[in-house]
Amino acid sequence: MKMLSIRINDIPLQVPEGTTILDAAKAVNVKIPTLCHMNLKDFGIVNQSASCRVCVVEVEGRAPLAPACSELCTDGMVIRTDNLRAISARRTAVELLLSNHPFDCLLCPKNLECELQALAQELGIREIRYAGEKMDHPKDTSSYALVKDPNKCVMCRRCETMCNTVQTCGILSAVNRGFNVFVGPAFNLDMVDTSCTFCGQCVAVCPTAALTEVNNTDKVWDHLADPKKHVVVQVAPAVRVAIGEEFGMDPGTITTGKLVSALRALHFDAIFDTDFGADLTIMEEASELIHRIQNGGVLPMLTSCCPAWVKFFEHQFPDMLDIPSTCKSPQIMLGAIIKTYYAEKMGLKPEDIVVVSVMPCLAKKAEAARPELTKDDNNNVDIVITTRELALMLKEAGVNFAGLPESQFDHLLGESTGASVIFGTTGGVIEAAVRTAYDWITGETLEKVDFQQLRGLEGIRSATVKVGDMNLRIGIAHGLGNARKLLEDIRDGISQFDAIEIMACPGGCIGGGGQPYHHGDMDIIKKRQAAIYQEDRGKVLRKSHDNPYIKQLYDEYLGKPNSHKAHELLHTHYIPKEKI
Amino acid sequence: MTTQRTHIMVCGGTGCVSADSLEIVEKFKGALSDAGYSDEVGVIKTGCFGFCGQGPIVKIHPDNVFYVKVSPDDVAEIVGEHIIKGRTVQRLLYQEPETQKKLPKHDEMSFYKKQYRIALRNCGLINPEDINEYIAFNGYEALGKALTEYTPDKVIEIMKASGLRGRGGGGFSTGLKWELTRKTVSDQKYVICNADEGDPGAFMDRSILEGDPHSVLEAMALAGYAIGAQEGIIYIRAEYPLAIKRLEVAIAQAREYGLLGKQIFETNFSFDIKIKLGAGAFVCGEETALIHSVEGNRGEPTKKPPYPAVEGYNRKPTVVNNVETLANVAPIILKGAEWFSSIGTEKSKGTKVFALAGKVNNVGLVEVPMGTTLREIIYDIGGGIIGGKKFKAVQTGGPSGGVITTLDLDTPIDYESLRAIGSMMGSGGMIVMDEDDCMVNIAKFYLEFTQDESCGKCTPCRLGTKRMFEILDKITKGEGTMDDITKLRTLGKTVKESALCGLGQTAPNPILSTLEYFYDEYLAHIQDKRCPAGACKALAKYKIIEEKCIGCTACARVCPVSCISGAPKQKHVIDEEKCIACGACYTACKFQAVLRP
Amino acid sequence: MAVKTLEELKRIREEQIRKVKLRESGESDDQTIEILVGMATCGIAAGSREVLNEFVALITQNGIEHIKVVQVGCMGYCHSEPTVQVNMPGHEPTIYGNVDKAFVSDILEKHIKDGQILDDHVLIKTYHSAL
Repeated sequence: MKMLSIRINDIPLQVPEGTTILDAAKAVNVKIPTLCHMNLKDFGIVNQSASCRVCVVEVEGRAPLAPACSELCTDGMVIRTDNLRAISARRTAVELLLSNHPFDCLLCPKNLECELQALAQELGIREIRYAGEKMDHPKDTSSYALVKDPNKCVMCRRCETMCNTVQTCGILSAVNRGFNVFVGPAFNLDMVDTSCTFCGQCVAVCPTAALTEVNNTDKVWDHLADPKKHVVVQVAPAVRVAIGEEFGMDPGTITTGKLVSALRALHFDAIFDTDFGADLTIMEEASELIHRIQNGGVLPMLTSCCPAWVKFFEHQFPDMLDIPSTCKSPQIMLGAIIKTYYAEKMGLKPEDIVVVSVMPCLAKKAEAARPELTKDDNNNVDIVITTRELALMLKEAGVNFAGLPESQFDHLLGESTGASVIFGTTGGVIEAAVRTAYDWITGETLEKVDFQQLRGLEGIRSATVKVGDMNLRIGIAHGLGNARKLLEDIRDGISQFDAIEIMACPGGCIGGGGQPYHHGDMDIIKKRQAAIYQEDRGKVLRKSHDNPYIKQLYDEYLGKPNSHKAHELLHTHYIPKEKI
Repeated sequence: MTTQRTHIMVCGGTGCVSADSLEIVEKFKGALSDAGYSDEVGVIKTGCFGFCGQGPIVKIHPDNVFYVKVSPDDVAEIVGEHIIKGRTVQRLLYQEPETQKKLPKHDEMSFYKKQYRIALRNCGLINPEDINEYIAFNGYEALGKALTEYTPDKVIEIMKASGLRGRGGGGFSTGLKWELTRKTVSDQKYVICNADEGDPGAFMDRSILEGDPHSVLEAMALAGYAIGAQEGIIYIRAEYPLAIKRLEVAIAQAREYGLLGKQIFETNFSFDIKIKLGAGAFVCGEETALIHSVEGNRGEPTKKPPYPAVEGYNRKPTVVNNVETLANVAPIILKGAEWFSSIGTEKSKGTKVFALAGKVNNVGLVEVPMGTTLREIIYDIGGGIIGGKKFKAVQTGGPSGGVITTLDLDTPIDYESLRAIGSMMGSGGMIVMDEDDCMVNIAKFYLEFTQDESCGKCTPCRLGTKRMFEILDKITKGEGTMDDITKLRTLGKTVKESALCGLGQTAPNPILSTLEYFYDEYLAHIQDKRCPAGACKALAKYKIIEEKCIGCTACARVCPVSCISGAPKQKHVIDEEKCIACGACYTACKFQAVLRP
Repeated sequence: MAVKTLEELKRIREEQIRKVKLRESGESDDQTIEILVGMATCGIAAGSREVLNEFVALITQNGIEHIKVVQVGCMGYCHSEPTVQVNMPGHEPTIYGNVDKAFVSDILEKHIKDGQILDDHVLIKTYHSAL
């Protein structure tokens, strides 16, 4: 690796060839502000459009200023980031952006979380020198999951990179040119009319409030205040290792106990764990997999708990709808059980029960509204709020999250095993399935339940797990671009797997579109993942079929996995959709 | 078939076509056929002669008679008098304004005397839709010579020694560009011809493509041989249908003759060309945006480095050359680098084609050796300012260039000298302005163009040009403040330094340049709320000169907003608040009593 | 109809240039020999058109360089039509009268090539150009 000698602000240093000015500056404690830049190359997400020009610096010998985020160092380069010319150019870029931006920060969903707001504060901008016309585009509130407000867009193109390069959905792109440019779908269709999967990754990376989630907290407050409603809440595994970040706690802090206390403080009538739903999913899905293997069914089988992934294959691979598992996702399964089993047990009418899910995910909002899952006004899940929305509600209610005592989920549908916790990360669902499938196929009791070969963060992973005489070939992908590759292999007849787990979000649900913003820090995702596996290790029961309350549910109500009743309540079907 | 004794060359460039030159061609054919002369006299549709202000042009060979402003109704007389009876039709000859002399031969005309046509050598000489005529005048001989006698490195050496620099405006050494592309190791390389020609008022490339398409094809093949590419792409704006058609015909003919395709001249070299149409975006003339457009993506520029020579089309090494640059290649290979470098100045070799437009008498296409001065072009070739008005400024480089005043009229045309006086060579557009042009309005006109054409990717250009335009608009409406001038200067400077591509980096040039040389006009607009040239409608104030007015009421009667008051035989007065500056009163007054702003 | 070698290209060039040469020689006047054929009504009636075409045909056939044939108006010698004026660079113009197709080749061979003025057909030896 060739080393180059450069100078930054009179500081000499050596950097390896291929280093950008931005990274070189970090090495000598020189901070250069950025906006459009986002480097998550561990996940294949690099947005280096060099278009905001907030990071421009002076390079000796060149007339134009250079964008530090993408300009590579050359031998002998002399850089100045701190002279009037560079500072004034960077300020002007932000001033121009502000001149074309609404001034409703106080009322904005990204108030205090907005990267443009932070830049304005950091650069000490006190007046808009160049005021003029502001964009006037209509807001898109057509979907259940996300809201697109082009008037707050700074054209950083991160969402475009996410949607086209990482997720390969191709929904978002720049439309028109010059001052009239905006980001949207082809023909400026409403998002709900496109093949958007609502994975929410665009929302996760948007620096402003141009892309945000649909906020359902008002609805939850209304129901909580309604004495006639029995409001039940369930929480996904990925939420408990991330929500602490919204309250100043370190990333990767496991806050399960405090989370339950917090929900009690909001006066939910019952507090259940989506992990229970996950255990239930494993019961059904492992049975389905074994059935397919032993009866010549369609292989590979694909997991179906990720609704963004489900919508992806309905739009992009509508000819292969017999391949995914027919199981509903954990939140939906649990919702179905709540409205039947739980309702009966409690002597409640299903229409008086409101099921609220707290999810790391935006696609879950759209999932809950799918026609198949809301038949006859009997919704499996009524309202979905994200981790961020729950944090808002807690702050609104004055709950001091960090200081809360530990508490426990309500037992009936709140007990869960370690297998269910790991649903929150890439590789977790299939590992949970293997733990159960192993026991059921071999008839033995698996001792070593940690399958390291299924863990990690590479986009596409594979492993072969020996289950008795059989070699179970497992494939794992996270990020829809990686999923597409595995699907194409299946379509081309060259897939080498028996079972594939797909998660739409890089990292799995822990990196979901509804989680606390990571602002490009990959370390946060890694810490959340470590926390998930730690919670798993901390559980006594590590396999889904060992969950006594699951056993009770089947004994009392469902009979056996894949029984008629189980099928009615816990399985679904998929609908081919057009690709736009 | 006997050899024809007379050829009637009719200009078939878009300018003359729009003035019915194709009808002239048909009428000639008909008249000759009726008179029984079709075997002896040929009618040829040819390329642009350049003297566009005098079109349609008809030139008779071998008589070397140059007819101007010909209409289809003149055909019968030309055939009857000139062709059959040998008597030149005097009334259709060009008359030199100063001497009032009629000039039958073009090389006697001051418009042509200082020109030296290399890129335009075949325009007006051949039928662009017949490859045989191109071959007759040494076409494809350069390609043959290079393929059979020279190595690719030798070709590059010749190009470098010639001193040819990019004619699209960049001025980068063509030979060096080819060399850098050659040096990049890759399994595939490409040659792209930039025929997007987006500068307003520029039509040099269009004329070359319409009048001599094979010269571009041959040059692309030579470039391909030099760098090691087998595929060429011509990116041409869709607004040039005639040029597109001529290219398609030329490519088909070249393929038929095996001059494009596999194993040309029975060597290992294969090369073919396809056409890709642009879709109406000025920014796609920028090479990286152009490449992305060819790839089928949004036409937005991307950062350089990497340069296309290293990573271009489909991330492969690509040479992007302008049409006019390519039109010079074949003559250089045939006549040698020394010949080419003997023309021009020390750093700028060869000739340059300019599209002379604006307030000059002789508008059209001119090709002059580098080093010719602006004064020579405007006054000797251009024939001076229309109506004898005062020259004010000349603008080169389109929306990226600056204005040049009388102080610098003796600057020789040369890449460096134009940049030194705050303008640039650009692609060749040269717009001449006179005393009636408002420089603030000119700056506003160019900003309106650049901010409309901005791709929108980077902040300084997307929002900076918009804000600069808004300020200029305010000034031309009489709402400007002195602070606006400061804003224009600072914002202009920042946009220049921080924009991503050449469009944004040069967009402020018209403003900064007019601020430098015509500061007084800005002051008049801002402080006096007055437009000295009378072009800004909102500030134009018409006045009646009291001493001259006899009260005939002619002006009051034609005023569309009835803002002129006065009884018959009494002095009339214009209400400045209501006046919409239409100028009707000025036209109506027979006593020169209306003062135009 | 592929052009396979440089020689083939040159052959096509030689063939084609003959058809369009008249445009090239029209451009450069200084070293060009001019043959002016009077085409007034009397001239045409006497056959000057055929004379002109014969000049063109023979020049092409024999590949004579730096020469152009132009039709001009009445030279005034209606009694001796067809009339032909020969302008050789550096020489005074010569006007021939009663030129027929057969005499054309003589003009080309003897006058133009060999420099021999053919006195028996000469009308005027010294005359300012009709143009």
